[in-house]
Order: sequence, then structure tokens, then C-alpha cells
Amino acid sequence: MSGRTMLGKLTWSAIPFDQPIPLLAGAVVLVVILAVLVWVVVAGHLPDLWREWITSVDHKRIGVMYTLLACVMLLRGFSDAIMMRAQQAVAFHSNGFLPPEHYNQIFSAHGTIMIFFVAMPFVIGLMNLVVPLQLGVRDVAFPTLNSVGFWLTATGALLVNISLVIGEFARTGWLPYPPLSELTYSPGVGVDYYLWSLEISGVGTLVAGINLVTTVLKIRTKGMSYMRMPMFCWTTLASNLLIIAAFPILTATLAMLILDRYLGFHFFTNDGGGNVMMFMNLIWAWGHPEVYILVLPAFGIYSEVVSTFSGKPLFGYRSMVLATMAICVISFMVWLHHFFTMGAGPDVNAIFGIASMIIAVPTGVKIYNWLFTMFAGRIRFSTPMMWSIGFMVTFIIGGLTGVLVAVPPADFLLHNSLFLVAHFHNVIIGGVLFGAFAGYTYWFPKAFGFRLHEGWGIASFWFWLIGFYVAFMPLYAVGFLGMTRRMQHFDVAEWRPWLAIASIGAGLVLVGILCQIAQLVVSIRRRAELRDVTGDPWDGRSLEWATASPPPVFNFAILPDVTGEDAYWAMKRRARDEGEHEPAYGPIDMPRNSPTGFVCAFFATVMGFALIWHIWWMVGLGLLGAFATFVVFAWRDHDEYEIPADEVARLDRANLQARRNLVTAAGSI
Amino acid sequence: MNILDPQGPVAAADKTILIDSIAIMLAIVLPTIAAIFAFAFYFRQSNTRAFYWPDWEYSGRLELVVWSIPALTIILLGGVAWIGSHQLDPAKPVAGTGETVTIDVVSLDWKWLFIYPDQRIATLNSVTVPVGAPLHFQLTSASVMNVFFIPQLGSMIYTMNGMVTRLELRADEVGNYQGLSAHFSGDGFPDMLFDVHVVSQPEFASFASDTVKSDRALNGDSYRNELLPQSVPKNKPAYRLDDPELFGEIASQRIPPGPGPEPAPQEAANVGTNHAR
Repeated sequence: MSGRTMLGKLTWSAIPFDQPIPLLAGAVVLVVILAVLVWVVVAGHLPDLWREWITSVDHKRIGVMYTLLACVMLLRGFSDAIMMRAQQAVAFHSNGFLPPEHYNQIFSAHGTIMIFFVAMPFVIGLMNLVVPLQLGVRDVAFPTLNSVGFWLTATGALLVNISLVIGEFARTGWLPYPPLSELTYSPGVGVDYYLWSLEISGVGTLVAGINLVTTVLKIRTKGMSYMRMPMFCWTTLASNLLIIAAFPILTATLAMLILDRYLGFHFFTNDGGGNVMMFMNLIWAWGHPEVYILVLPAFGIYSEVVSTFSGKPLFGYRSMVLATMAICVISFMVWLHHFFTMGAGPDVNAIFGIASMIIAVPTGVKIYNWLFTMFAGRIRFSTPMMWSIGFMVTFIIGGLTGVLVAVPPADFLLHNSLFLVAHFHNVIIGGVLFGAFAGYTYWFPKAFGFRLHEGWGIASFWFWLIGFYVAFMPLYAVGFLGMTRRMQHFDVAEWRPWLAIASIGAGLVLVGILCQIAQLVVSIRRRAELRDVTGDPWDGRSLEWATASPPPVFNFAILPDVTGEDAYWAMKRRARDEGEHEPAYGPIDMPRNSPTGFVCAFFATVMGFALIWHIWWMVGLGLLGAFATFVVFAWRDHDEYEIPADEVARLDRANLQARRNLVTAAGSI
Repeated sequence: MNILDPQGPVAAADKTILIDSIAIMLAIVLPTIAAIFAFAFYFRQSNTRAFYWPDWEYSGRLELVVWSIPALTIILLGGVAWIGSHQLDPAKPVAGTGETVTIDVVSLDWKWLFIYPDQRIATLNSVTVPVGAPLHFQLTSASVMNVFFIPQLGSMIYTMNGMVTRLELRADEVGNYQGLSAHFSGDGFPDMLFDVHVVSQPEFASFASDTVKSDRALNGDSYRNELLPQSVPKNKPAYRLDDPELFGEIASQRIPPGPGPEPAPQEAANVGTNHAR
């Protein structure tokens, strides 16, 4: 067998030696990864890293790893963004500094990374970290599956980034519309990288969704009825129901495209009876619910934050639940608004336009309910609250432009324009990302035991907020001037000043991100003074604040007994009146750590890479390895270990004492 | 290309709906934003004069208002959307003076071909239309999807291989405008711009009669050889149409779709065995 057939399509020409930007970026990333690895090994952290993190099935650890993945990928996605803004700022009557084949990869990678590997892992990470704590339980329903889900997501992210230096990424946009994405028009491996990354990470997302839905439905502490769950648990339920319903559509649609590309099928090809309109319908039948998969958890975060920092229960809780579930259902009935301009008849367009607008009703209700939660409150403007207020104002504007493009005749002028680009960044940055940042600041002390530095947080908020407006308001304007998206260069003089302003906005956002990095570094260095001793740094209302920060592996020494909404708030009041007594501790069984997720993902990465490059023997190896891992796990003998009662008592007493001091101090005021 | 500066009835009506919708929504959006700032400022912790209701979480009347405001707005806007969709259906004929001009549009990698079947002419990356006359566009794609869009004349529409979409427009002012593709279609996509010349009806007649004498002929062969392969043309030739059935042959795939990128010599050698089909 010659070398070439051994490695399928892979040859030295796959590495873009002639393109300095991706090679340099790849080299920098590689050096950073190697440096971190060397440090981990030299400092002797490797066993800890393996035991405590990589093989961990603790929902809190997995939540942190998801969030970390999101933050790292945000840096990658944002580098793409700033290159695009810079390219469009200079590409008037010129080719700029990025040739089309490179620019087209960048906007495709930007969208793919930001949605699948930033927004998704960020919200799933926060849900993983917080939901079991809010429900007052010890873990999620399927701890090992949870780990598998995370590592498969990481596999997807890794494959996308490998495409930077080996081969190329898709040049088709973040949704690979055929026939452009078919073999005829995209013969390279770029689309294959896209397809296999998302097939593999999509499985990860689906199992995360199954896990969280099961957790919310089946595992709640005593007295935690549905109508007593914190709002974030409700939005988690809605979002993960959507994942379960929508992600199989994505997986199936991409599988059809894979069959077209690999086995000569004709689902979406021009010839052989393929139909591109079917792809558009299917991909948006997943794509529109996806928007709500992302934004519903963010709505949950805002609900928690606004209520906590206003010192009041959430206004109109039942309305909020109803609104959440209404959004969950209606989000499946609006997908066609992504292609009003495809020439469907007026009845179809009007019905889908009106359905899209109907979603604005429950969303509007949510805004008003947050507003009335603030009413008659005592508002503290900590960083999470700043993100929330920034969100409310920004999201209303995004909602307005969204409803506008839901009116078919308006969409006939604005479809695919930079107005649309501005709109969805308006709702995804102003809605999802601000929510993720609010949640990150709000729950950071819970995860790590110390707060984030407030000054850097506020600075970062202002740079992000102002940067967002400076970057995207000009794009609304240039959309009115007819500019369409994804242009590598342009000849229209009127567009030029707006694109220049937008690039300044991107620069401001960059400063915001640098502030966040500084915030993290400063907070870690000054963690002693930022320490959260009581586990309740914000005067919280839900059960995650009823345990230590960071919580012990079993979360609660004694599972809490819930008697109403805002469970922890009620417990604090009771404690003030009656005082607390030391509970009777018992032993606790917890799931054992397992390398299953990591090993599975390793083989999945091998398989994905091999499929992309048509290295068939390696595909078999990866598949076999992943299956063997599953078999070994399925035949395990011991899956739990016991923490003795003494140990539980020892871990819990210190926190109980700190909490008692807090209550006494509050009582004496 | 300003969509707020419409030059035809469709663009003007689209724009009116756009502006009206924004106005309707601003009527509730602006007070809401003001209320957010006002509540956030007044109920700040440091304001000792502000009242504090730590347990207030429900008010039936407020809930009713809270659901009604967005619901009423959406009922109003829904009506706008329903009527607008029907009045401005892209396939709905537009009235005008003079004879309807039929233009068959083919999006290619990466250029626009305009075929005038009645005038027996065709143009590349440039479309000339008579002022005031109803314009009847039939559109298809020779390869991947594109969107045909002349911002100042109004509604855009997809072009797809093997399918024909319809668009009815009218231009009311003589002048030169620009059109573009509003859907990404590959490396040459940003160059898919085309000129739109709106001329008087007599001028259009002489344009047609001049072009029909062109020595460049468009037929199945020249289409296949010159236009179908991927390219960004440097100039904007006009053709006499030798084959009046050309558009139908493209749309019905009797002329097969565009071939896509030519494989680099080395890739072709590598891929050869795997992709022989």
C-alpha cells in the first residue's frame, strides 16, 4: 500500500504553507497548548487534572469545563470577527488583506464556532453547574453520560480548529446551503470538517439535553414541585426539550448532506432529483428552535439575577412559566421566516410571519415582568445586574428589528442584508452572551469560592455594551443602504464610513474582552480577599446559595426540604426566627469518576478526522475504540462510592458555622 | 442602493410597510426603555426615599396589561403582515404603461445573464428596462443559489437551479441603479453586481433593435462555453439571442448545471479514484 492510500486524501499539500495567517495562528495556539501541558506536567498537576477534572463526573466540574471551552472558543471566534471587520473596513475597491477563499472560511468558522462552541457550551455549562444545586439534589440524572456529552462537544471544537492548519474549513457560510456545499461546488475537505464536527458534537449536545431534561423532571429535592422551581430550572427544561426535539433534525439533515458528498446520494444536489429547498426547510426547522435553545437559559439567568439584586421575588412567576413554555412550543412553527424571499405564496409567508411575531408576545411579557421585579425593589448594581439591565434595553431593540424582518414585505428589502446581521447579533450578543456573562459573574463564587473583581467586571461591561452599539448600529444603517452579508470586497462608496465605524466597535469589544481576562487574573491573585465564606455572597434566594462555595462533591449534606418559591430565602427567614440546629448526618453514595467520556471522545476525534480525510482503516479503528469503551463501561462492577457520615459532617460544619454567623449578624442589624 | 430611496411602486410600498412597522413598535418600545431606566434609577439601593415591597410578586391587573400591550401590538402588526404579504406578493403583476417586458434572469458563477425572449436579445451583468412599463422577471440559476435584488426597485427573490421563480417590478424614474446578489454563492460572489439602466420607452426600443444586430450570438453552445464555467467577467457584453428556447433549456436542466471549480491538477490526481462516479 502506498503512503497516499494509507492516509486517504491527506498529503503535505493540506497544510497551507503559503498562507501566513492561519499558520501563524495555528502555531501560536499550538505553542500555548504545549506550554500549558508542559507546565501541568512539570508542576505535577497531571494526576490531579486527570482525577479531578478530565475523568470527573461531577456536574459542577463538567459545568466549569463546558464554560471554559466556551471562553476559549470565544477568543477564536472573536479573532475571526475582528479580521472580518478589518477586511470590510479596507476592502473598498480593493481586495483587502484576505483573499476570498480565506475570508469565506473565516465567516463560516465565525458563525459555526460562536453558535456551536461558544453560546451552546456556555449555556449548557451554566445549566450543568447550577440546575442540580437549584433543585437541591446531589447530581444530574446520568453523570457519566454528562461527561461523554462534554467531551464529544470538545471533539467538535477540536476538529474545527484542526482545520485551521490541516486542510481548510467550509467556505459556505455557517449553514452550508446546497448546492454550494455539494461535492460539485465544494470539492475540498472544508465542508467535511464542518459536517463531522457538528455530527459528533451534536451527539454530545443531544445527550446533554436528555440528561438535563431527566434531571429536572425526575430528580428534585423534597417539596420542590414544578411550580416552586426557580425560573432558571424552568428555562433549562424548556431549552433542553427543544434540544431533544431539534438536534436530531440537525443530525439527520447533515447526515443527508454527508450521504450526498460521500456516497453519491441526491438529497440536495442539482441533479438526480435533489431539492435544495428541502435542506433550507430542514436546517431551519432545527435552526430556529436553536435560537431559543440559546436564549431561554439566558432568560432564566436574568430572572435569577434581577430578582436577587432587586431583593424581591420574581414578578409574575406563573406568567413567566407560561411565557417560557409558549416560546418553547411556538419556536417550532416559525422556521420559514428565514426564507420569505424564496417565492412561497403570500398565505404561507403571512402565516409564518404572524407566527414569528406571536413569539414576541411572551418575550415582551418577560421584559415587563423583569421591569416589575425591579419596581419597588432595592436594586444593587453589581456586575450581573449591569449585564441584565444592559440586556433589557439592547434586547428590546433587537426584538424590534426582529419583528420588523418578520413582516414579509419588509424582509423583501432586508433579507440577508447587514441589517439582518445586525439584528441577530443584537439578540445573540445582547441576549445570549450578556446573559452568559451575567451568569458567569453571578455563579463564579459558587463554582470557585471567591468572587470576581467588581471594577474590572464593570469596565468590561461598559466596553462590551458601547462596543456592541458602535459595531452593530452602523450595520443596521448600511443594511438600509442595500449592503448584503458576506462580501469580501465592495465598490459602493456610501457603505465605507459605516464599515469603518463598525470596525472601531469591534476594537472596543476587544478591550471589553481584555478587561474580562484582566478580571480573571486579578481575581485569582486576590482570591483571599474576595473569598466567599458563607456560600451566599449576593444574598441569594434559591438553593444553590444554601451550600458552601464551592459546594462539597455531594452538594448538600442533608437534602433541603422546600416549602415554597424562593426556597433559600424562606430558609433564611426561618433561621433568623428559630435558629438552626445541627442536622443528623448520614453517609452519602456518589458516582465514581470515569474516563469513559474522555476515551470515547478521543476515539471519536480519530474517527472524525479519518472520515474527513477518507482514511478508512482509521475510521474503523476509531469506531471500534469508541464501541469498546462503551462495552467496558457498561460491564463495570462498581459505579458508586460511599462518603462516611463523619466526613460529611466535617465538611459541612465549617460552612454551617459561617452561615450562622451571617444570620446572627443580619439579625442584630 | 438606498432602500429608503425607492424608484418604483414595489420598493415604495415595501418601504412604507417597513417604516410603519417601526413606528408602531417604537410606540411601545420607547416608553418601555424609558421605564427600565427610570425604575433602575429610582429604586437604586442608595435612594432611601424609594419605597420597598420585599414580598410583592403578583398583581392580576398588571399581568393583564403586561400581556395586552405586546398582544395588541402584534395583532396590529399581524394585520400589516397579512395584507402586506398579499399586496406585495413578488409574483403579483404590477400595473404600468406600455407593454409588459419579460426578462429571463439566469444567475451563473459569478455573473447575471438577462435574456429578453421577445426582443431576441440578451445582456450580461447589465439590464436595461423601459420606464413605467410592467417588468416580468422569470428567474433561475445555472448552478448554486443566489438572490436577485435591485434595492431601489424593491422585493428580492431567490434563484435556484431546476426551478423558476417570478418577480414583478416597475421602475418609475429614468436613471442608473445597481443590483446585486443577496445570497452568498462562492468565491466570486462579491462581484455579482449588475447595472440597471432605466430608460425612456423609445430609448428601450432602440436599445433592443441595436442589440439584436450584435455580432455576438447567444445560443446553447456559446452559453456552455463562455458563460457556464466559473468566472468573473470584466466587461458587460450584449448578445443577439439565437436560441429563443435557451432559458427553458437552462431551467429544465436540458443544459446541465454549471460544473463548479476546475480541480487543481494535483487534486485531480489525488481524488481521481475516490470520486470516479
